[in-house]
Amino acid sequence: MTRTVPAPEPNVETQPFWDAAAQGKLLIRRCNACGEPHYYPRALCPFCLSADTRWEEAGGTGAIYSLSTMRRGKDAPYTLAYVVLDEGPAVLTNIDADPDDVAIGQRVRVGFVATEGGPPVPMFVPISVSG
Amino acid sequence: MTIRNKAFIAGAWEHPTRLAPDKTTPQLHAECAAGVLADAGLSLTDVDGYFCAGDAPGFGGLSMIDYLGLQVRHVDSTDTGGSSYILHVSHAAQAIAAGHCSVALITLAGRPRSEPFRGMRMNAPETPFEHWVGATTHNSYGMCAARHMHEHGTTPEQLAWIKVAASTHAQHNEHAMLRDVVSVEDVLASPMISDPLRRLDCCVVSDGGGALLVVAPEIAKSLKRPLVAVRGAGEAVKGPRGGMNLDLTTSAAAVSGPAAFAEAGVSPADIQYASIYDSFTITVLIQLEDLGFCAKGAGGRFVADRNLISGVGALPFNTDGGGLCNSHPTNRGGITKVIEAVRQLRGEAHPAVQVPNCGLAVATGIGGALGQRHGAATLILERQ
Ligand SMILES: [Zn+2]
Repeated sequence: MTRTVPAPEPNVETQPFWDAAAQGKLLIRRCNACGEPHYYPRALCPFCLSADTRWEEAGGTGAIYSLSTMRRGKDAPYTLAYVVLDEGPAVLTNIDADPDDVAIGQRVRVGFVATEGGPPVPMFVPISVSG
Repeated sequence: MTIRNKAFIAGAWEHPTRLAPDKTTPQLHAECAAGVLADAGLSLTDVDGYFCAGDAPGFGGLSMIDYLGLQVRHVDSTDTGGSSYILHVSHAAQAIAAGHCSVALITLAGRPRSEPFRGMRMNAPETPFEHWVGATTHNSYGMCAARHMHEHGTTPEQLAWIKVAASTHAQHNEHAMLRDVVSVEDVLASPMISDPLRRLDCCVVSDGGGALLVVAPEIAKSLKRPLVAVRGAGEAVKGPRGGMNLDLTTSAAAVSGPAAFAEAGVSPADIQYASIYDSFTITVLIQLEDLGFCAKGAGGRFVADRNLISGVGALPFNTDGGGLCNSHPTNRGGITKVIEAVRQLRGEAHPAVQVPNCGLAVATGIGGALGQRHGAATLILERQ
């Protein structure tokens, strides 16, 4: 990343997500009542409001749904994107790669990027064709 | 209960300033209140309802109601970003229809050019997961444009036609920030801000404000102003909902628009003038489709056929120059959408852009971030 990334502020509802991020694991949340996964994680399911939800480690791969590379300002260039995980939920994130090498539909894999004094955050990099 | 013909817009006033370093934000709200009361021919003591959103300094309406010297029996500080003031007209009409007030004042004002932005809502539940991604309005709407291009083949040239139409109208507005008529080539030659949106795909940043008065029918009919009735309204809020409902090419206007048309009992083909919130060119394109002025995916061709240019196309839009060229007071443009629609229905738009015998108009807006979570509000207004 060309820019410094501000630290997220964990709270009691989502602390396990950040603890896992520090271990290089991406967690999503899944509802035991209706079965639906979701992200960003909530204690109560946004589809049925059941409190019977659990953490689930995502595979960490998905595809770029859309993206936009900021070309102005001190942090430019950096790429904002939605990545749809293979498990279903979309993640608002950055693509940590040369903006000229990224496109909608591209397969990507999660990588964790250091922040200014907080836990690392999940960004994504393209999965190379050979890899 | 329907609000159809239960309330009228008796006052509509846009502050002429675009840069106000020598005034406070409450002062601008008060100037807008005074301006709209003079426009309608009403006085401060006539107001018994007050509507404001997040731009109003203080706690809900409490500070501004006291600052303005109002005595009200109805207050509403619903905030759906820039669409709030379109929604406020609908809520005011509901309150009037229910007998809770009879003269509702709506104000908006702010000074984003003169005063630094005070920061985001850091207590939002999404903040820990989103504030570090570097999202701005530009790249949020940029993602919507990129996805629309991917799904529907929309082109930068087509988006540029929306700016061309706005600038064609703005040349006649003495208060507009950008009065030069631009070409598609000019838009495409402007610097890239966040792909695929260029500088001329973006709205202006302006100090300023505006105000509206929504009144009961008997009061409207006692005044000396043309009668502009609220005929229908709709509102909606949309977000990614756990990341499982992501669709950046359809806005909440796909709900608010049809609801407004249904209440009004009219169809998009009946509309003679459209105020469409234009934070970016893509914002207009997506709302045109969502309101049914063309099919989903056909917005690019619709605008490139010059349909938005008054006197030329089928759907004259934003004849004041809109947010793209005229003003975008405190980064919340909903109120100016209603104001220009009222000007058109009164026959008080600039003669060069006035729609002949304009009898039916729509004002629609998107507030918040189209790429993340946003509100939409749509009004159908009728000259009677
Ligand atoms: Zn559930």
